[in-house]
Amino acid sequence: MSSANPASLRTTTESRPVRYALTALALAFVVLFLVIPLVSVFWEAFSKGWGLYREALVEPEALSAIRLTLLTALIAVPFNVVFGVAAAWAIARFEFRGKSLLTTLIDLPFSVSPVVAGMMYVLLFGINTPVGAWLDANGFKVIFAVPGIVLATVFVTFPFVARELIPLMQAQGADEEQAALVLGASGWQTFRRVTLPNIKWGLLYGVILTNARAMGEFGAVSVVSGHIRGETNTIPLHVEILYNEYNFVGAFASASILALLALVTLAAKTFVEWRMTRQHAAARTRTAEARAAA
Amino acid sequence: MKKTLSFSAVAVAFALAAPAWADVSLLNVSYDVMRDFYKDYNPAFQKAYKARTGETVTIQQSHGGSSKQALSVVNGLEADVITMNQASDIDLLADKGLVPANWQTRLANRSAPFTSVTVFIVRKGNPKGVRDWNDLVKPGVQVIIPNPKTTGNGRYTYLAAWGFSKTQPGGSDARARDYVARLFRNVPVLDAGGRAATTTFMQRQIGDVLVTFENEAEMIAREFGRGSFELVYPSATVLVEPPVSVVDKVVDKKGSRKVAEEYLKYLWSPEGQTIAAQNYLRPQDKAVAQKFNGQFPPVKTFTVEGVFGSWRAAMKTHFADGGVFDQIYTKK
Repeated sequence: MSSANPASLRTTTESRPVRYALTALALAFVVLFLVIPLVSVFWEAFSKGWGLYREALVEPEALSAIRLTLLTALIAVPFNVVFGVAAAWAIARFEFRGKSLLTTLIDLPFSVSPVVAGMMYVLLFGINTPVGAWLDANGFKVIFAVPGIVLATVFVTFPFVARELIPLMQAQGADEEQAALVLGASGWQTFRRVTLPNIKWGLLYGVILTNARAMGEFGAVSVVSGHIRGETNTIPLHVEILYNEYNFVGAFASASILALLALVTLAAKTFVEWRMTRQHAAARTRTAEARAAA
Repeated sequence: MKKTLSFSAVAVAFALAAPAWADVSLLNVSYDVMRDFYKDYNPAFQKAYKARTGETVTIQQSHGGSSKQALSVVNGLEADVITMNQASDIDLLADKGLVPANWQTRLANRSAPFTSVTVFIVRKGNPKGVRDWNDLVKPGVQVIIPNPKTTGNGRYTYLAAWGFSKTQPGGSDARARDYVARLFRNVPVLDAGGRAATTTFMQRQIGDVLVTFENEAEMIAREFGRGSFELVYPSATVLVEPPVSVVDKVVDKKGSRKVAEEYLKYLWSPEGQTIAAQNYLRPQDKAVAQKFNGQFPPVKTFTVEGVFGSWRAAMKTHFADGGVFDQIYTKK
């Protein structure tokens, strides 16, 4: 037996057929459950030609659904960025009473079913409740209107930014921020010049996840929307309605817009992930070096 | 800078999302399968109303499962008019004080501008030889019916089957119960909506018979082709009466009562009735019905009220939690 056998350098010990079989299995799974459904969305959307596809998307109700979806994301994302950064900062940097409770609360939207989330808002703001009656008497519409859709979306996308930032900020440690404060920087300066650049990629990742979910949310939004065509239908709701109308081209055309948004999001996410891996590695090296120096 | 940008973007988006200005606007909260009818009816009404009064009406539509839609209105969805497929959904609004208890007598024909009947759709050539209700309980026949607990379509089918059995010679509630229990033993899936049941039958090709509304059969013909199935009219079936009502609490608040009432009344006009007939809904107007009589074979029908007393009673006995449907379906 030669000790220079290249096979011994391999990390796997399985025979070639086993490895190929496992790879083929994994690939088949990906093709079957991800690629084929995705392709079929576009296939169905274009099944009756480009003209009908275009027509399905420039129809006023489709346009209004696209507009409402973008508007919802446009409000929900900045809101959750501000909240997520604040929460992550508090949790990663400070020790306080009720910290674990806060962490749990942030995770709540993950564990609550979106439909239940929507119903909570109906129970809270429905016209038969004190809050709902007061709002109605003062001319505010929350549920079955745009504010309710935004609220439900904010709720289901609540954890993404904070969940993304907390581990990152904990890994990075507070050393650099402490140094900035010692050198006389104000709190805001520290945040802008030190914290923000450090968490930049993690934050962006959180934003992308938030955005993807905000645009795609169905359950919670369906409960609070009221399904008024051209007014309170988002793209996912519009897709369902068209599908129920047997308008398959329209349904899949709208679905393809969602899928396109998802693909763009996915590309952005991959890029950000790649940057983040580098940043994590850099943070670890820096910490190690600093420890070694001390 | 960044913030200002996003704020102005929000402002722009809000401006874009604002609805177009119009004289009056109506929200018609309806159920799933009425889309096609109101798609044709709304522009016709708008034109007629404008010609008569000079006012422009904007009509917004909301569609969804019938009972879910009624609940939304109870919870504050500001519907000027509600157009449901069974009276119990509007009774719910009466219970909550949104419409008066006598809402059903305010318009002609107990507030149902058109009717339909429950029919059978079978595969081409009718391979299982389905001719009447009794054929549905034969062993080996799979019947697709949407869930009677959640859909008006399923409830009408259930009540039609019950009513058929009860009105046969020697029929009784006990025999009807046994018949319906046997029928539901032949149902492989209970879909949550009427359209979902159609998809199960036509696209997934599950089952031998789909029991649904006559007008839905026409939609299937338009979508899947007329040669793809056969229509069977049973010897007797339930008369489907989809009622409409103005939602008093909303129209009084919005000041839209006049146009909302006009909107519903116009359903009984020759034009409204013709549009109904074109959508395969049986018109109430004799003259219009005469014109389309080739399209609507005569069927012996009974009403829900006739067999069960009232929709309220039928709902309570059969579809409430622990009611007859729950008893026979869990004993499967």
